Amino acid sequence: MLKGKTALITGASRGIGRQIAIDMAQSGANIALNYIGNPNEAEALRQIILEENVSCAIYECDVSDYNASKKMIDDVLNDFSNVDILVNNAGIARDNPILRIKEKDYNDVMDINLKGSFNIIKHLYPSFMKRRSGTIINIASVCGLRGWQWQASYAASKGGLIALTKTVAKELAGRGITCNAIAPGLIETDMTASLTGDKKKDFIASIPLMRAGQPSDVSKLAVFLASDLASYITGEVIKVDGGLCI
Amino acid sequence: MVYEKIRAIICEQLSISEDKITQATSLTSDIGADSLDIFQIISNLEEEFGVEFTNEVAEQMKTVGDAVVYIEANIVK
Repeated sequence: MLKGKTALITGASRGIGRQIAIDMAQSGANIALNYIGNPNEAEALRQIILEENVSCAIYECDVSDYNASKKMIDDVLNDFSNVDILVNNAGIARDNPILRIKEKDYNDVMDINLKGSFNIIKHLYPSFMKRRSGTIINIASVCGLRGWQWQASYAASKGGLIALTKTVAKELAGRGITCNAIAPGLIETDMTASLTGDKKKDFIASIPLMRAGQPSDVSKLAVFLASDLASYITGEVIKVDGGLCI
Repeated sequence: MVYEKIRAIICEQLSISEDKITQATSLTSDIGADSLDIFQIISNLEEEFGVEFTNEVAEQMKTVGDAVVYIEANIVK
């Protein structure tokens, strides 16, 4: 489905980003992996991806850093010539009631989840415009649609990301570029591992499909949105939440 | 020299040949640049010449020659 295309995936070394990278590689895409923090995880993923007979390179970069993001995009374009698919997946959560949220935690979440996505889009924008093709997939959250207690910064950042998605979709539609968001619900990753015991049981009981999702539930949709099958879909926010938001 | 650099930037952005451009060339009606193209060209001009274009200046920039005049008047020599 993605043969010959190149995908840049941010926050790719773990969780949903990792699974998207694997699935896109299995669909034939060359993969540029962005990560921060753990080079061993990133390299291990690169080895898995190389087994799919596609190209793969890893780039350590804090996407919230405007200049570092610019350098990473320059490096990716230098290595791969172009990027067809951008997946803005890098994200963090710092859950707390608003009363307990420290200013730094709020800023970190907004900087990585929202400004980081803006940075990458901004620096890839000229390349997308010039080529008059490309697709952007932003990994948002159902929190960004509904709000969520104890997740003020996370929900605000994801709500902002959804607004950014729609803006980019309108702004670049004339160039044949699409931009969509995926809004996962409860997906079993490191990020949600702190949800345990009765709290997790209660949460799952509120999901109509009665289970937490897996990263592959999200990555399958990402592959579809990145493919030519989805070329007439833009500005959409698609929930992958087991019916949580029905 | 300024004109030649501007011409190269515009041609690169719009994927057109340099013989399509003179200083009298209208960015929109002659070579089909839309507002996004013009903003991209301006970003590249700012980077190349270290000259800032306000949005008001950008809106008034109709021809290649307008860009030449503005940059020559504002470039730090």
